[in-house]
Amino acid sequence: MAVTVKVMHRPEAGETSYLRATLKGMALTFKHLVNPKKVTIEYPEERPFLSPRWRGTHVMETHADGRPKCVACGLCPTVCPANCIRLVGGEDDMGNRYPIVYEIDEFRCIFCGMCQEVCPVEAIHVGVHFENAEYTRDRFVYDLDRLMEQDHPSTLLWDPSDPLSE
Amino acid sequence: MTQLSPTVFLVFTAIKVIVVFTAILLAVAYMTLAERKVSAFIQDRLGPNRVGPFGLLQPIADGIKNVLKEETMPATANRFFFVLAPALSIVPALVTFAVIPVAAPLPTPWGVVDMVVADLPIGILYVLAFSSLGVYGLFLAGWSSNNKYSFLGGVRSSAQMVSYEVALGLSLIPVLILAGNVTLTEIVHQQQSLGFWYALPLSLSFLFFVISSFAETNRLPFDLPEAESELITGYHTEYSAMKFSMFFIAEYAHVLTASALMATLFLGGWSVPFWSGDDMFWRAGVLVAGLTESGQPILASPAWWKTLVTFVAFAVKTSFFVFLFIWVRWTLPRFRYDQVMHLGWKVMLPVALAYVILVAGTVLVLDQLGVEGFLFGSALTAVSGIATAGFIFFVDRDRILRGAPRGRLPVSSR
Repeated sequence: MAVTVKVMHRPEAGETSYLRATLKGMALTFKHLVNPKKVTIEYPEERPFLSPRWRGTHVMETHADGRPKCVACGLCPTVCPANCIRLVGGEDDMGNRYPIVYEIDEFRCIFCGMCQEVCPVEAIHVGVHFENAEYTRDRFVYDLDRLMEQDHPSTLLWDPSDPLSE
Repeated sequence: MTQLSPTVFLVFTAIKVIVVFTAILLAVAYMTLAERKVSAFIQDRLGPNRVGPFGLLQPIADGIKNVLKEETMPATANRFFFVLAPALSIVPALVTFAVIPVAAPLPTPWGVVDMVVADLPIGILYVLAFSSLGVYGLFLAGWSSNNKYSFLGGVRSSAQMVSYEVALGLSLIPVLILAGNVTLTEIVHQQQSLGFWYALPLSLSFLFFVISSFAETNRLPFDLPEAESELITGYHTEYSAMKFSMFFIAEYAHVLTASALMATLFLGGWSVPFWSGDDMFWRAGVLVAGLTESGQPILASPAWWKTLVTFVAFAVKTSFFVFLFIWVRWTLPRFRYDQVMHLGWKVMLPVALAYVILVAGTVLVLDQLGVEGFLFGSALTAVSGIATAGFIFFVDRDRILRGAPRGRLPVSSR
């Protein structure tokens, strides 16, 4: 195959003047300069709007008596594509399964929300929340207690007015 | 009202040097804030507003940050020139302000003090000489960094500044023809006595001077020496901390000086429009407001409030140009290198030359006819207006904004 060179046709420099274009552009920028409507969100004082379907920091739902809803079925660590959930299940005297260890590494998590989708008892959720900064790396592995303490709303995986996304 | 004795003159000069130097550095600091604020507002943002009310302390925070940052030195850099370059670029930028008169003379118990650091008889020549020195800082920085991008930036800056100095100088010649003097105080006075700001009777010069000032200060659309996208900020790629800051201060000081120069040369400097109370200039060691019909001097009456008012007028005019610099920067993209060279050598140089001849001819004819004062100014304004309109019409015919003409090249050759 022969090598081809794409010849760009540009106007000759001699034909090019930007005087009018410059003035037009300056009028436009000036219009924006005096436009009182700004897009900046002054963050700590002013919160950005988060969609109810925003997927952020996880939440573990609890029963009324404070036990986690999790039944340690093992579906979420299986489905997790980032492999960020560590679950060790146990069984009590009544034969109810419960998590002995339930840890989510928020650093590895890609916030796909598949754990929430797969959970048969609606225990683990991703939440409408993003402010999870910490001073040390080890603080990013959330254990069961910490997941249960999260008090932000959990994510809606579908639009309630249009559950089948039609 | 007489001139100062030599001792008092020395003392006042020392005070003026300190005050002007401090004022420039302060103004430069706040120009960086203005740049960020204006750019933010143009882009519908708010800009820095965290440090102090409306972000007014931001320049101080930036200064502290820059002082505390690590000084880096490339291993292969030429140490001597690498350190020398920031100093070489900042000094010319700061010293050019010395000849610009900032206000009407101030009366003191020891005599009348000129509000200019050094009222040099060579005024504009001094400015031109020192602003040309600025290119050494840029070029040495580019060369001594031993980095190909920096080097390209240095090469570009020297080519660009040399090219536009020609147009800058030529656009000044009509001013000198009209003022008959190169002292900046005298040029201000001439504009006062003519009753016209030179921006009107020399409109084309004004346009060219503004354009070349943009090129001389390396501001967009002529910021090829630092071209972030192609050259990674060009000549100061390798600089950090305070050395980088010095290039920054130099750039803004250049902008400030160029703005003040434009205000002085073309907008009457510190003179307040439509008010003759601030007309005062030195004639044979006496401060006079004007001459009577028979050539007798009318004594001027300087006052501290006149100095203040004229200083405000000067500051307003200068800030207008500073704002123009910022405004244009956030409007226009960068020129291509051939466009810069084309504009400088093939458009501005010949047109500026022709315009010098036109102005010289017009002034000669008007002098021969004995036309003076208001009529002289109006006639020259009309001639220059026609020249400017013709220039704009010529370079901006409607073919120009349509982009490339369609179908001019056969399809096969595209």
